Amino acid sequence: MSKVEKVDITKTTHIEHTADGVIMVTNLDLAVNWARKNSLWYLLFATACCGIELMQTGGPRADLDRFGVVFRNSPRQSDFIIVAGTITYKMAERVRRLYDQLADPKYVLSMGSCSNTGGLFQHSYSVLKGVDKIVPVDVYVAGCPPRPEALTHAILKLREKVGREPYFKNYVGTRFFKFMRWIKNDN
Amino acid sequence: MITKEIFEKLKEKFGDDIIRLDESVKDPFVVVNPQKWLEIAKYLHDDPDLYFDFLMSIAGVDYPDENLIRVVYHLWSYKHRHMLVVKVELNRENPVVDSIDSIWANANWLERETYDLFGVVFKGSRNLKRLLMPEDWEGHPMRKDYEEPKEYHGISTERENPVYLFHLVKPPEEE
Ligand code: SF4
Repeated sequence: MSKVEKVDITKTTHIEHTADGVIMVTNLDLAVNWARKNSLWYLLFATACCGIELMQTGGPRADLDRFGVVFRNSPRQSDFIIVAGTITYKMAERVRRLYDQLADPKYVLSMGSCSNTGGLFQHSYSVLKGVDKIVPVDVYVAGCPPRPEALTHAILKLREKVGREPYFKNYVGTRFFKFMRWIKNDN
Repeated sequence: MITKEIFEKLKEKFGDDIIRLDESVKDPFVVVNPQKWLEIAKYLHDDPDLYFDFLMSIAGVDYPDENLIRVVYHLWSYKHRHMLVVKVELNRENPVVDSIDSIWANANWLERETYDLFGVVFKGSRNLKRLLMPEDWEGHPMRKDYEEPKEYHGISTERENPVYLFHLVKPPEEE
């Protein structure tokens, strides 16, 4: 995924007052990403003690909902997966399958030492030494378990990342631009 | 009843198949002949004076020096409120013992776990499959001489030490 520079919204956006109403001209990526980053839904996937802290973060005190981050029970409705807890080899293949079922664009947030590196179980015969061995990870959160504040911070980081992405270049591709040209020529 | 009394009662009935009693540890235990274990277990469960109606746990212990695997059974009687620890000693190369899941149904999972981690085969079990590890796992990981394979289904089982990764310290020379 290629990165782009942070776009200054005040430079690329301007607002016109016309007789027909207000027209806002802006960068399409910015507008779409603004919508996307304010409704990041995560797949509820907790395998160990970090899951308790994840629930706490979703609860009323830390309140993830205020960022538009709510949990979903199905990977097909989710934007990203929070891997919260120890992953064994038996589970690893299931994690990969869940990841494959997420709809594009998808992200992975690795929460806690266990899913970062295997944590305190890393000399065990059955524990996966880091979830990045099977799926690409976007944000790592250190801690055992990370506090709700840390997880909230990680989600803010993920929002930043989503906000900066060239969405149309990465996910929609040239088809969209061909379509736009086709509409233009038709009318 | 305390373990010594139970031991004497068993000795009366089964003779040489009750091998010994060890009272030197905190939880005294009885060692029995693995060939007769099913019969003894049935007696422990059915006899009105003993009446062990609850199987608390089954565990394996590996002793590579003695070439033994000991399987430890903890029994409890709710009626008489007494406990018994029974051990059977099995050959490490070919550990086989009778399954007792026809007597205590919960033995099935406990036996599956012991089979999974120690490779003890429980003869006559209803369903002897691995419980914790994936079914295609090789080896029995709680044995003392178990070595972790380098990869599982193409997933590497090693992770670089970050201290060496960032060249803060040199790794020890490999032999
Ligand atoms: S990182 Fe710590 S709290 Fe989180 S799953 Fe592992 S052991 Fe539990």
